[in-house]
Amino acid sequence: MVEPRADNKLKFQEPKKARKMAQALARALGEIGRAPVSVMHVCGSHEQAIAKYGLRAVFPRALNVIMGPGCPVCVTDLPEVDEAVALAMQGVRISTYGDMLRVPGTAKSLADAQADGARIDVVYSVGQAVELARKSRDEHVFFASGFETTAVATAAVLLANPPANFSVLSAHKYIPPVMEIVAEMPDTRVEGFLAAGHAATITGWGIFERFVERHRLPVVVAGFEPLDIFAGLLKLVELIRDGRPEVANTYPRCVTREGNRRAQEVLWKVFQSTGGRWRGIAHVPNGNLRLRDHFAAFDARRRFKIDLAKLWDYAPPSLAQVCICGEIMAGTAAPTGCPLFGRECVPENPVGACMVSTEGTCRIWHQYGGHLNLGDSR
Amino acid sequence: MCLGVPGRVVAVDGSVATVDFWGVKRAVRLDVVDEPVEPGDYILNHVGFAIRRIPPDDIEKTLALYDELLSVVAEDDLMAADVRGEIDAAEDKKRG
Ligand code: SF4
Repeated sequence: MVEPRADNKLKFQEPKKARKMAQALARALGEIGRAPVSVMHVCGSHEQAIAKYGLRAVFPRALNVIMGPGCPVCVTDLPEVDEAVALAMQGVRISTYGDMLRVPGTAKSLADAQADGARIDVVYSVGQAVELARKSRDEHVFFASGFETTAVATAAVLLANPPANFSVLSAHKYIPPVMEIVAEMPDTRVEGFLAAGHAATITGWGIFERFVERHRLPVVVAGFEPLDIFAGLLKLVELIRDGRPEVANTYPRCVTREGNRRAQEVLWKVFQSTGGRWRGIAHVPNGNLRLRDHFAAFDARRRFKIDLAKLWDYAPPSLAQVCICGEIMAGTAAPTGCPLFGRECVPENPVGACMVSTEGTCRIWHQYGGHLNLGDSR
Repeated sequence: MCLGVPGRVVAVDGSVATVDFWGVKRAVRLDVVDEPVEPGDYILNHVGFAIRRIPPDDIEKTLALYDELLSVVAEDDLMAADVRGEIDAAEDKKRG
């Protein structure tokens, strides 16, 4: 077991308050009277905060906090990376967020393609990608990843008269449907969800009401400060204890019931949700965001003939078959359960997507030291 | 990539605001924020777009959190890297 790095432990404001909340958590868990109680968060920033501050060491043993599919880079499916790589190899200029560069595709990553001479730019914002296109005559494709929060930005630039040589290869994903999938997985024992504060800034917490009704599982929207996370977990455990499947919002300073209506309008004007695979998890109905027909001219999939066949001259990296990212994101394994973790697979030389992204569980655990909180309490 | 970062609006020019993030001024787009934004307001920036106007009551707490995130951290800290990335995501106005 990798221990949390001591210097990260509880290095935040008001550790006393956190300990008090941990005690309250333990009390509520005691009242439930069985262990473990498993809850899942679906947010890379939650995992970052939990790992960074060593919170797993403070969580009561009876509480099992699982990281779900909350890292958009990690759930980008191999064929999506393949499409970007194929386009890059066809001479189209690609721009994308930094994390996407090293995500392995079936044959190679964008970074590999770059090493082979493809022209790829890392941008922090889709706005920069548009500017690059404006200054050039070449075809520019923005390889777009991220959940609804990021998709809103992509949608906004498409509504603001982008240049004709600009298009989007969308790997955007939509979080609410994947929670349904995880809730229905036969081997998940998840009894409640901690939802990501910032995605809910856009969608509003009301979006979880139908989920709660259907699955009879509580959902709590939480911020990502240590105390926010404690407050969210406490509320969640209380709802589980009381048998009350409800939505609660412990992050009212950012999230309202309706969310950001204008952003939702922008999002759905440009995108529609369709079914698609999330890497390692499953086919998720309505889990992918794709451009509507009206924006076909800006849809790289419709604008180009993407020549995937060319890619298969390369042998797929064999180590990748050992990668258990999928099980980790479905909550049935921890990074330390992967034989490659910290050995063949490290941030400088990642085998799986979870080791690439700053929000990937393996990368986070490798950086901060994880605490194996799966299986040891059963 | 899911972390929004707060900044103070210095000026508004149509659908673009100049926003101060810890002394760094960047242009942030206002296409999707659902409330009118004025100089002096705080917004949450996500990949170069304001996604929320932060209610005045919450500004202090929100800023304290980010102060802390940016101050205690080593160069290789993932959360701090994401925060810096978010600040960089707002385009430099000179370029834009
Ligand atoms: S350590 Fe690497 S190979 Fe193993 S599950 Fe994580 S990303 Fe995949």
